[in-house]
Amino acid sequence: MLQVSGLEAWYGESHVLHGVDLEVAEGEVVTLLGRNGAGKSTTIKAIMGVLESRKGSVRFQGTETITLPPNRIARLGIAWCPEERGIFASLTVKENLFLPPVIGPGGVTLDRIYALFPNLKERLGSQGTKLSGGEQQMLAIARIMRTGAKLLLLDEPTEGLAPVIIQQIGRTIRALKEAGLTVLLVEQNFRFAQKLADRHYVMEDGRIVDMIPAGRLEANMDRLHAYLGV
Amino acid sequence: MSELWYELEPFLQQGTLGLVNGAFYAILSLGLAVIFGMLNVVNFAHGAQFMLGAFVAWMLLNWAGIGYWGALVLAPLIVGLLGVVIERTMIARLYKLDHLYGLLLTFGLALIIEGTMRNAFGSSGLPYQVPEAFRIPPVDLGYMLMPAYRFWIVIVSLVVCFGTWYAIEKTKLGSYLRAAVERPQLVQAFGINVPLMMTATYGAGVALAAFAGVLAAPVYSVNPAMGANFIIIVFAVVVIGGMGSILGSIVTGYILGVIEGFTRVYYPEASATVVFVIMAIVLLVRPTGLFGRA
Repeated sequence: MLQVSGLEAWYGESHVLHGVDLEVAEGEVVTLLGRNGAGKSTTIKAIMGVLESRKGSVRFQGTETITLPPNRIARLGIAWCPEERGIFASLTVKENLFLPPVIGPGGVTLDRIYALFPNLKERLGSQGTKLSGGEQQMLAIARIMRTGAKLLLLDEPTEGLAPVIIQQIGRTIRALKEAGLTVLLVEQNFRFAQKLADRHYVMEDGRIVDMIPAGRLEANMDRLHAYLGV
Repeated sequence: MSELWYELEPFLQQGTLGLVNGAFYAILSLGLAVIFGMLNVVNFAHGAQFMLGAFVAWMLLNWAGIGYWGALVLAPLIVGLLGVVIERTMIARLYKLDHLYGLLLTFGLALIIEGTMRNAFGSSGLPYQVPEAFRIPPVDLGYMLMPAYRFWIVIVSLVVCFGTWYAIEKTKLGSYLRAAVERPQLVQAFGINVPLMMTATYGAGVALAAFAGVLAAPVYSVNPAMGANFIIIVFAVVVIGGMGSILGSIVTGYILGVIEGFTRVYYPEASATVVFVIMAIVLLVRPTGLFGRA
């Protein structure tokens, strides 16, 4: 579904991605692991097209997207949940939820979203940023679930959240997988990623350095610990 | 009538007349605020675009026989379209640079537009009659008689300003605009064509200025400097209201018009400067403006 090859990216003058290669098949949940500054978020942003300069190849369902602006990339069926969540302060919860336009059929229904995140339904009229951190994260995920996007790019959805909310987000990602959606997940929280993902890519210094399928994780634990420095 | 009424009456009269100027301040500063919020560009050409609106109304009347009501619709469309062309061909190239470049570009444009109009039409001004429909007895407000056309200016500006406010704050399209002001990149990553929204926003802001220009044509003579006279005060209004605040720019526009009116009662010499005195005080006490967010 997604084939990234030789992807390079820059922030201004600094060269941050040095040829990233990865693939995600339809229906998979794949994580990007790595230390801070390894280039995980940058990879997500480069796939979404929100970086000023990038080169290489990003193919989505056969379409080359490297020269497309982000709005066109989104319309192909890719949705992004940024690390800082990106809840709009000048919009209500409801406006935030309905902001991303529906780009295709098969989005998660509102009933289902409210069932997964009952808190949101109660607070539809509140200002977006008046929600707690956990609720904002739920809102950030919920609003891209209803668009019908086929591939969700989730950047550190558990960062700074309480365990009970992390569980709730874990259940959501599982529900997305059951619904046939594809997820590329950036995570620092390896224990969380471990329970969800089919495969794990490991990044270091702007490159993919390893790929470990979930089934071989136990056998490769030492190697992974060395990468992540835990 | 009581003594108190005697004191109060001129106050009310001048305040009400001040609302007429306030109507122009409000429409113009609203357009500036919308453009600044979305494009991060201080549109120094706003006064020139206001003046163009008045001139286009004059041209429509004298060259095409299209009267006031037609001009009220057509002039904003024509000048707004010119704004779209300016945004696409020039301003859009500056978004990645500092604010200052947008300001310099639009300032240059204002000088070019004003110079061209002065060359073509002279600086003495052209007459534009009050439309037929308003050549009626003045409106009796109880404490004063207000010319019907000036009354109309106040009413129509209120409708336009609060209509625009409603469209931005309460509609779906407005939610795109507010979101794009906060995080343009994320909104674009949701599949919305943000560059197109910016073009449309600039066009709409310019069209508002031209609309005000048509409204002004029968009151002030149509001349190349009419925008420059207004825009300095309007910039002060925007600073007082808070850069980018929609409601702030509207409310501040009317209030300052009224304050100017009051000043005319007590100390007429200061009425032209009172806005700048208030601006200085607001900048000292609340640098983000009365309605601005830090």
